[in-house]
Amino acid sequence: MGRSLLDKVWDLHRVAELPSGETQVFVGLHLVHEVTSPQAFAMLRERGLRVRHPELTVATVDHIVPTDTVQRPFADPMAEQMLQHLERNVAEHGIRYYGLGHADQGIVHVIGPQLGLTQPGMTIACGDSHTSTHGAFGAIAFGIGTSQVRDVLATQTLALHKPKLRRITVDGRLAPGVYAKDVILSIIAALGVKGGIGYAYEYAGSTIDALDVEGRMSICNMSIEGGARVGYVNPDRTTFDFLRGRAEAPDGEDWQQAVDFWRTCASDPDTVYDDRVALRAEDIEPVVTWGTNPGQSAAVTDTIPDPERAPAERRAGMAAALGHMRLRPGAPVAGTPIDVAFIGSCTNSRMSDLREAARVVEGRRVKSGVKALVVPGSRRIADQASAEGLRDVFESAGFEWRGAGCSMCLAMNPDKLEGAQMSASSSNRNFVGRQGSPQGRTLLMSPAMVAAAAVNGQVTDVRELLGAA
Amino acid sequence: MAADARVTAVSGTGVPVRGDDIDTDRIIPARYLKAVTFEGLGRHAFQDERIAAGESGAVHPLDDRRYAGAAVLFVNRNFGCGSSREHAPQALYRYGIRAIVGASFAEIFAGNCLMIGLPAVTSERVGEWQDRLEAEPGTPVRIDVQAATIALGGDEYPLQIPSAARRSLVSGAWDSMAALLAGDERIGATAARIPYLGWRRPATGGSE
Repeated sequence: MGRSLLDKVWDLHRVAELPSGETQVFVGLHLVHEVTSPQAFAMLRERGLRVRHPELTVATVDHIVPTDTVQRPFADPMAEQMLQHLERNVAEHGIRYYGLGHADQGIVHVIGPQLGLTQPGMTIACGDSHTSTHGAFGAIAFGIGTSQVRDVLATQTLALHKPKLRRITVDGRLAPGVYAKDVILSIIAALGVKGGIGYAYEYAGSTIDALDVEGRMSICNMSIEGGARVGYVNPDRTTFDFLRGRAEAPDGEDWQQAVDFWRTCASDPDTVYDDRVALRAEDIEPVVTWGTNPGQSAAVTDTIPDPERAPAERRAGMAAALGHMRLRPGAPVAGTPIDVAFIGSCTNSRMSDLREAARVVEGRRVKSGVKALVVPGSRRIADQASAEGLRDVFESAGFEWRGAGCSMCLAMNPDKLEGAQMSASSSNRNFVGRQGSPQGRTLLMSPAMVAAAAVNGQVTDVRELLGAA
Repeated sequence: MAADARVTAVSGTGVPVRGDDIDTDRIIPARYLKAVTFEGLGRHAFQDERIAAGESGAVHPLDDRRYAGAAVLFVNRNFGCGSSREHAPQALYRYGIRAIVGASFAEIFAGNCLMIGLPAVTSERVGEWQDRLEAEPGTPVRIDVQAATIALGGDEYPLQIPSAARRSLVSGAWDSMAALLAGDERIGATAARIPYLGWRRPATGGSE
């Protein structure tokens, strides 16, 4: 019987079976940021422990950083304190740190791949649920809590249960104006936000194969929104081509050895899966969420659903979501007015995202009254986008161009919705209050769709602006 | 294991918080993550929900005097979905919650609960128990972790507790650190067979 990538990576990193029944698993790369680590370092200090493998630990700052200025001290004393703690902790333990002034600073899930730190066959952990992003390279990558961050710092291992494996295949060609974001939102809509509990998701099929690594990252990123802690794509030529020449990727004689190893990591053709699901790319249209979890979505050509027509167990949740969103059942999704347009986050802040959004924006203006911002995922992306002229396109259209960070995805920095503002957002969560205002409202969509909404001041089928409809 | 770390039973009264898919942002809004300790999180548990309830003339269960001092939280499906923030169970624990009974839990949240010795146990009957607590607040609740049962008033029902979690709680070994540290040599042996660790380039260093 064939073995999956999950099986192979799990077995390679298995240290021991623990008395609890869990497996002790070695963590090949530990990514650290300022929000979920200070308590972990404090716990280490209390116990007189050191970081076991500082060379396998990499830190950056992303969640709390202001995106309009990097001047220190920060205006927010709590944010300043958090950053100082991180700086002290990485210095004390000799951890590589991509700090605020470093050319490689950025969102932790953007810079890992960009530096070539993220590689196939690895186990990768980070105190952040979107760590599944790194699965795009064929790594087993997952979010952990702060006590587990402590465990990894002290032992480079975790106590884990091996998940079951669901293979999700998407076959066919995505139509113009339909992106990886629409694929993952469609998968979550099909399987539900709880559907992935206890599972790792293996994404496969000709649609996934044809995506570049950035698109695969958008898909793996949102695995957790479907309940799956781990999501991955088997490594292939696309993966290897992306990694070649990256600063932290193997080179010289190591390169060929690495590629040989990476190839062996992919799931065998005769792997038996715990479950299989298939979607067709032709069925996927641009998707917009209408509710308060990422599974509550509809095609942009559709209407807001009616709770009365939904299965009984879903009605109350739908009604509460629509109440918060102030949306009316039966109203068309397209045409929903917006106040804010946010392009950014670990889901969609990479070059391909900015290029596609810029194509929509070029030669157009942000609708009067809409606050629109672009927050590149890393300083490198910001620099490259500027060099390609994308920054000019966005700024000429009336977008604000910001520095790298998580920004309005979770509003731990000064970028927040106000009151009941409606946000068209390329981020990953439309939870109540997520974007910084308890009454704030979030419509998740692809970055190109956010750009279209910014231009028209309302949810718009981006295919109309791309001339693809 | 330290005897005082054993979590064999939880007794007290209960508080129902209804709704499927209650996410971690609702349990503890992100702005309260802006701190370098978990101290003081307890008073911010469900903060925005509580304010919103108050503004609409309702009372959130956590502010309802009938449930004051409750030690057991009764929730529905997929509780704790969303972020990996341990701040969510930390806030509930520091509020005074010592066990959570739900129809199901998000995976990272359930793991984080176990890491702090907070039993997160499941049953499909939780809806009935929420009804009962609303009808009879103050009903004594007792969760026996070892036996995997819950008593409400005089009635006893079975619960589901994953066997690894049950063993860890009952033995006091829920904090995984000691077990992981014990495998020191095997950690080294595992690292030695992982090919990519040998290719790693010398750290190119970061800076500020």
